[in-house]
Amino acid sequence: MKSLLPVLTVVGAILLFWVVSVVPMNMHLTADQAQRDGVAVTPETPAARQAYSGIGLSLRNLHLIGPTFTLDRPRLPSPHQVALELWQTTAEKKITSKRSLVYHGWVTLSATLLGFAIGTGLGILLAVGIVYNRAMDMSVMPWAIASQTIPILALAPMIIVMLGSVGIQGLFPKAIISAYLSFFPVVVGMVKGLRSPDAMQLDLLHTYHASPAQGFWKLRLPASVPYLFASLKIGISASLVGAIVAELPTGARAGFGARMLVGDQYGQPLVTWAALFAAAITAATLVGLFSLIERITLRRMGMTTA
Amino acid sequence: MSGSVAFISVIAVWAAGWLINIRLARSAAANTRFVRFLVPLIFGLSLLIMWELLVRLLEISPVILPAPTAIAERFSQSIPLLWADFVQTVIKGAMTGYVIGALAALIVALLADRSAFLTRGILPVGGFMAALPIVGTAPIFVKWLGSDWESKAAVVGVMVFFPILVNIVAGLRDTTAMQRDLMRTYGAGYWATLFKLRLPAAMPFIFNGLKIATTLALIGAIVAEFFGSPTVGMGFRISTSVGQLALDVVWAEIVVAAIAGSAFYGLAAWAEGRVTFWHPSQRT
Repeated sequence: MKSLLPVLTVVGAILLFWVVSVVPMNMHLTADQAQRDGVAVTPETPAARQAYSGIGLSLRNLHLIGPTFTLDRPRLPSPHQVALELWQTTAEKKITSKRSLVYHGWVTLSATLLGFAIGTGLGILLAVGIVYNRAMDMSVMPWAIASQTIPILALAPMIIVMLGSVGIQGLFPKAIISAYLSFFPVVVGMVKGLRSPDAMQLDLLHTYHASPAQGFWKLRLPASVPYLFASLKIGISASLVGAIVAELPTGARAGFGARMLVGDQYGQPLVTWAALFAAAITAATLVGLFSLIERITLRRMGMTTA
Repeated sequence: MSGSVAFISVIAVWAAGWLINIRLARSAAANTRFVRFLVPLIFGLSLLIMWELLVRLLEISPVILPAPTAIAERFSQSIPLLWADFVQTVIKGAMTGYVIGALAALIVALLADRSAFLTRGILPVGGFMAALPIVGTAPIFVKWLGSDWESKAAVVGVMVFFPILVNIVAGLRDTTAMQRDLMRTYGAGYWATLFKLRLPAAMPFIFNGLKIATTLALIGAIVAEFFGSPTVGMGFRISTSVGQLALDVVWAEIVVAAIAGSAFYGLAAWAEGRVTFWHPSQRT
């Protein structure tokens, strides 16, 4: 709890920066609107205002600072507008409504979770194979590492089209992209974890006359748990990014990615911002959940984290 | 009929590649550099041959999955196009944003470093922000900065900012009290300590952040182009070619992305080796 105050200070500074930026970002729009409403604006024509920067215009029209925070279609919405939009589209809409962010969130989240489960399962299996089979280690591991350097998300639109042309649509293609993104962090982390017992510990098992299976279940697997959780936390946020990006290039109708596109195309910045924040909150919740499970599990196993 | 021939030949290729690899992995030469290079190569090649065989023998439509040879052909034919996309997305979008994001992170880290209070606040907030789907800010930046590369650079800058920031801040803390005391006995002030002790000591962390950010930079630049771009760029080409079912072009772009991503990462890793040659992880 010692870091609570510093964290709050940094968050406060970011919020302050945001609020202050709202004024110059929106000033041109506000000035145009104020002129239509018959409020005095300096300079008087929109063309003349173009010559000024947002800050310069704000300094000459101090009386317009208030309205910059309440525009319908702002360039930069103020924090309270985003919060209000979030509240309205989550709590005040029925969750079955097409305009409810809970509905869209569930569409994205279900693909994320399915993909994450597939990716984690396959990743653990592959890691076990790599640790126990030298040929697999030598042939697969370099590719697993190299694949980290490739912008895998570039594959997303194509996987969706490929699967779409064989008749698979909806949840599953998105889940595959999520699985792909969570797969490699898990493989790399698990391989490291399964190899983390040192020679002394392995020798001790030898002296106990433990079978290879016992070595796996009683030493290697427990030893890999901290590494697994580190990978899971990376994997779950990567899965969510994958599911969102998978919705972008194909014009999906539902999900966070679809909401961002809709807000972008129909000129409703608040929709985009609300979807962005909802996605961020979802990611934060998922990572937080895994941190919690990690803490409980490690404490039960007698491995407390520093 | 052709189906069974296809599967038998594919399995034969797989088994052949696998047998060679097992033989190599168990041979006495398994730890030589040549074999370490050869084994993954054989694995990759057998995957490519299996892919080619499957496409040819099962007569899979190029609309679903083009053969590797078809992709290679398309690649060699459209090098000028791919080069233009590469320059637009990687050089202008990703690289510019990467440099801006890294410099901004360095400046913020140095400013925050003057106060232990701010450092304690930035580490958790930055780590938290790095886990969020920042790539979703792409439509906003495209709206603000127009559809050319400037908006892509902005998305990339924001995406790489937090991982690099967290690593620099963590790295600057990574000196022992003994080392700092030694600097003090030499009469070194804040700046001398920073440049001669703490920044060098932070380099392994900084490069860790820089390496993570290389992939993020490419992803950001490509995904931002899905939200609007001039008629050039890898993300633009991928999304329009998918619409036209020209999948060989998409695969050619993916090859470019793979090469660019690996080269970018390789560059960061090479620089790391040159700068942090003294670190235990670099000694061989």
